Amino acid sequence: MTTTAVPVSAAVPTAPAAPRPKRNGRLRTVLLGLPVPLLFLLLWHLGREGKWELPFGIRMGFLPYPADVAGGLVNYVAGTRDNAFSSLLWEDLPASALRVFSGFALATAIAVPLGVLMGRSTTINALFDPMINLFRPIPATAWVPLVALLIGYGDQASIFLITLSAFFPIVLGTISGARQVPERLLEAARMLGTSGAGTLLRVVLPAAAPAIVNGMRVGLGLSWVILVLSETTGVSTGLGSTIFLARDVVQTDQIVVGMICIAVAGFLSDRLLMGVFRVLFRDRPLIK
Amino acid sequence: MDHLTAGRTADVRISGLGKTYDGGVAAMADVDLTIASGEFVAVVGASGCGKSTLLRILAGFERPTAGSVEVGGTPVTGPGPDRGVVFQDYGLFPWLSVRENVAYGPSRKKLPKAEVAAVTDRFIAAVGLTRFAGKYPAQLSGGMQQRVAIARVLANDPSLLLMDEPFGALDALTRTDLQAELKRIHVETRTTVVFVTHSIEEAVYLADRVVVMTGGASHGVPGHVQAVVPVDLADRDVTSPAFNEVKRQIAALVHTVHAPV
Repeated sequence: MTTTAVPVSAAVPTAPAAPRPKRNGRLRTVLLGLPVPLLFLLLWHLGREGKWELPFGIRMGFLPYPADVAGGLVNYVAGTRDNAFSSLLWEDLPASALRVFSGFALATAIAVPLGVLMGRSTTINALFDPMINLFRPIPATAWVPLVALLIGYGDQASIFLITLSAFFPIVLGTISGARQVPERLLEAARMLGTSGAGTLLRVVLPAAAPAIVNGMRVGLGLSWVILVLSETTGVSTGLGSTIFLARDVVQTDQIVVGMICIAVAGFLSDRLLMGVFRVLFRDRPLIK
Repeated sequence: MDHLTAGRTADVRISGLGKTYDGGVAAMADVDLTIASGEFVAVVGASGCGKSTLLRILAGFERPTAGSVEVGGTPVTGPGPDRGVVFQDYGLFPWLSVRENVAYGPSRKKLPKAEVAAVTDRFIAAVGLTRFAGKYPAQLSGGMQQRVAIARVLANDPSLLLMDEPFGALDALTRTDLQAELKRIHVETRTTVVFVTHSIEEAVYLADRVVVMTGGASHGVPGHVQAVVPVDLADRDVTSPAFNEVKRQIAALVHTVHAPV
């Protein structure tokens, strides 16, 4: 399977300066995206077989074969191996997705209004800016012990950590978007009879929409990044907690399966978020 | 064209008006001007003479540092829907369609939906954009965007229309079209208009009176009203000798040289 990599890459000669037709360009992009991952899989397979020792003390002999991971993935989805992880995805994914969604939604609900106010009012900015700068550099990992003591173990602690992580990119994106609203649009709204507070909703929010959407995308991505950490807080179901379960029973292929599932879930949720915006905004020019 | 509502209209009283910016730069001083209800007044002058400052004070975007402004007998304290502003760069909301931009003001007044829709349609038709009502500003040419901006303020039924070099960014042909259209709209609505422009020809073509402002920071004297020239031309044919005589007279006033103080 991996041997196809070579002819595929060789079949794409570099073009002279002449512009290519559009469809050809897309095909070229897709084809050029293939060789490196295929080479990666090939090296992974060979490294496992030859028990390669790599820098950082990576001992590839402890890795599962790519084919084992593929089998584990099928089992996780469709229950083909009849073990503790069979079909578990359908319990883990909803549990994790609900945590990510709750934490992300809560972070958005706090960060967007606060960011709009901070971006437009120097007073409110001066009030909150020091706190944000103080808390922002604290990594979520550093919060875990304190959260365990304050909240205890369970969903609430998990959602709290996700909220905390997603909050900062969203609030910073919103602040920068709110600051860059053209003064002319605010003047236009005022002379058409909008109150000062009304302009926040009717002008600042839509004008800042591209920056807010960017902040939300980064925040949602971070939510998935933090998920594994947030599921160390004693929750028993979830993509992250299953990775820890797999480590405890030394099922390496299942660890990698969990990693792949989180990556795919993170990617799909970004697409979903953009899809929601596209449905909400239709062809309204709110996203760049 | 649909019949436009005979809008409200207000007179303007400006007395002893001055604006000094932080740091002591006097942009404008001692401006006295009275504009009758329904009158079309153009303000011309070189860059920095304070004509835009005057307009922004009338709009309520800037506060004067001396003197007072009354529109329809009420002192101006801030921007409001009684004074519609048309900007050189249009200032349309890019995320709203043409129809939504024009409906913006009426919607703020909490009018019944049917009435908002009727007013909106009427003013979109008045500027000839019915076919483009569903488009977004970025999909329109500059001239069309400025038509939307004009419809947007007129739909709000202002008693004073303030226009800050509204056609300055348009090509000559579009500019001529819009001048004629504005003139026709003014005849129909009889809204008081203050129109700031660089172009003497545009001022003479449109206005009942032309206010000539001179001075400004670079001349060492604050911007002030040099003269007010009534335009008593029955026919505004820009090629006629009478029209050009008025133009010449105003041009001479615009270029009045000031001895530094």
